Amino acid sequence: MKQKEGVIKPKTKRAKRFLDNRAPKLRENVKNAMIMKGGNTSMTVTQALKDIYALKKPSAVLYKKKNITRPFEDSTSLEFFSKKTDSSLFLFGSHNKKRPNNLIFGRLFDFHVLDMIELGIEKYNSLSQIKNSKCPEGTKPMLVFAGEAFDHDDDHKRLKSLLTDFFRGPVVPSVRLAGLEHVLHFTALEGKIYMRSYRSLLKKSGCRTPRIELEEIGPSFDFVLRRTHLASDDLYKTAHRQPKALKPKKKKNISHDTFGTKFGRLHMQKQDLAKLQTRKMKGLRKRRGPAAAAEGETSSKTAKVEVE
Amino acid sequence: MAACSIEGLLAKAEQDEAEKLKSITVQKELDLEFDIGNLVAYDKNRIDIRLFREQKKEDFLRSLARDNTQLLVNEIWKHPTERVEEVIVVKLPEPTTALPREKPPPKPRPPTKWEEFAKLKGIQKKKKTNLVWDDVAKEWKRRWGYKRVNDGTKEWLIEVPETADPNEDQFAKRNKAKKEKVAKNELHRLRNIARAQKIKVPGVGLTPTAQQSKTDLARAVNVAKSSTASAGKFQERLPKEKAPRNTGKKRKFQPVIGNFSNEKQRQLDLLKVMDSKKPRLDVNKAVNKQMREDDREESAAKFKKGGKKGRKGGNFSGKGKGGGGKGKGKGRAGGKGQGPPSGKKGAGKPGKR
Repeated sequence: MKQKEGVIKPKTKRAKRFLDNRAPKLRENVKNAMIMKGGNTSMTVTQALKDIYALKKPSAVLYKKKNITRPFEDSTSLEFFSKKTDSSLFLFGSHNKKRPNNLIFGRLFDFHVLDMIELGIEKYNSLSQIKNSKCPEGTKPMLVFAGEAFDHDDDHKRLKSLLTDFFRGPVVPSVRLAGLEHVLHFTALEGKIYMRSYRSLLKKSGCRTPRIELEEIGPSFDFVLRRTHLASDDLYKTAHRQPKALKPKKKKNISHDTFGTKFGRLHMQKQDLAKLQTRKMKGLRKRRGPAAAAEGETSSKTAKVEVE
Repeated sequence: MAACSIEGLLAKAEQDEAEKLKSITVQKELDLEFDIGNLVAYDKNRIDIRLFREQKKEDFLRSLARDNTQLLVNEIWKHPTERVEEVIVVKLPEPTTALPREKPPPKPRPPTKWEEFAKLKGIQKKKKTNLVWDDVAKEWKRRWGYKRVNDGTKEWLIEVPETADPNEDQFAKRNKAKKEKVAKNELHRLRNIARAQKIKVPGVGLTPTAQQSKTDLARAVNVAKSSTASAGKFQERLPKEKAPRNTGKKRKFQPVIGNFSNEKQRQLDLLKVMDSKKPRLDVNKAVNKQMREDDREESAAKFKKGGKKGRKGGNFSGKGKGGGGKGKGKGRAGGKGQGPPSGKKGAGKPGKR
């Protein structure tokens, strides 16, 4: 594939733009997610996949056909699909007797599987079951992770990172204050993970910051953590390596003191103080001899007299 | 007296402030951690399981979510805002959580042979304008591309130089020279890419791949044989080596003005065929041929399946497996049988279906 990329030159500007969009970049695009079904799925699973697709639109693709693969055993099919649609996140839903209502969240690095975490749905309320007005598609959600497990347990830590990656949306420099509507709340409690989706209403409070009232909208899941396939430490480190160009440039020779005053530093060459050019003051000029000095005195004397 | 009233005023002001902030303050044991660049909040407080079980689950979760969201919103509102086209927008900082990248960071392209030479000699790239004034057409034309200045291929008059053969086709010569230039450029481009990716490219001949089949090797031998000065005409063959098939022209066309009697004969034959009542396609023969082919395929597939299973674990009930294989084979053949006859013009096989 890599070999063919350089060999086939794009013939139109549009093709060139398309290929440049998919090429590795300094600042990457939003991660696309592919949502697919396994060999056997139940109504819960299909509805759940549709709801998560609605949350993740437009940076997601929902496949309608069943794919008879097992991600934990053979991930070649997933890697092929990710290359075709340029997706680095996937959600695989399946249902069998041993693992009912199964969802596998996963992500890829360089089109190879990085992490996979399997969650089982115990209770599920779909978008259509909760009847009220929803948030518009594509709003950047606020994510909240509650519970000690997200800090102590390794599996839960990776799950936290994966869920942030999955749901965060595009990275933007600024956000409209009135548009902070969608909240996704994850609670880890007693080995279970509760996911709830709310719409936040900004009510007037006495001061500038509004008071928040929540209204449940979206899908609500009660997950139980099943199998995990986490990346090895060195692969994880390689995936996190950022290019040097992205590091913020340090400004040298500028310092701030405790009061907030900004100090700068100038570096000068060594100067011969005897030959320095300063302001010329006529009175301080050197006279030629004692005669000159006496003149100076008499003149001053006369000046004194005049004043008096 | 004045002091008392001032104190009283201050106390009242503090109380008012506290009242105002009451609606947005939330009491938590541990402060939450925020990543405002991603709009994420991490709450590490212990959740009281007893409280969770006592209350209704949804209400407990909702109140917890409300508190956490309030704290997150408080933190967001602390950041600087600006007004962009009648909309108030808050400027977010860079995200702080380290998330893995999608693809590895881009590697800088290694310099090509020309770029290395230019660097060595100190040749700078001269920026040229895209448009050049054309005096003949009295307008600005491109330097290269569609409708360009100095388009050699569009010349309608070429002077034959004195040293050249008067019967030589100068236009064909120009076209050929252009094709060679384009091919040379393409070769150099591919060589640069191969050098950049450190793939070995041989000087002449075919590149060897990892797994070479019999046909690949035969092809390589043929290419090597015909890459001599006389195009392989005087290369001897080994004692038992067969002559290469599928060489020569793929399609043969009759010359435009050749044998007139031959052409007349061909046209008359064609008319005779069109006139005759007998159909060109012998349906029976075609159907029998197809059936024979299907049977052959079916037996080959059964043999393959039976052979493999027999080799692996011979204790299995041969009947059951054979039956399964048979059923599968029949089903497949049936499916296959449907395909080609429907392709043929109406010659269906209702019996088989």
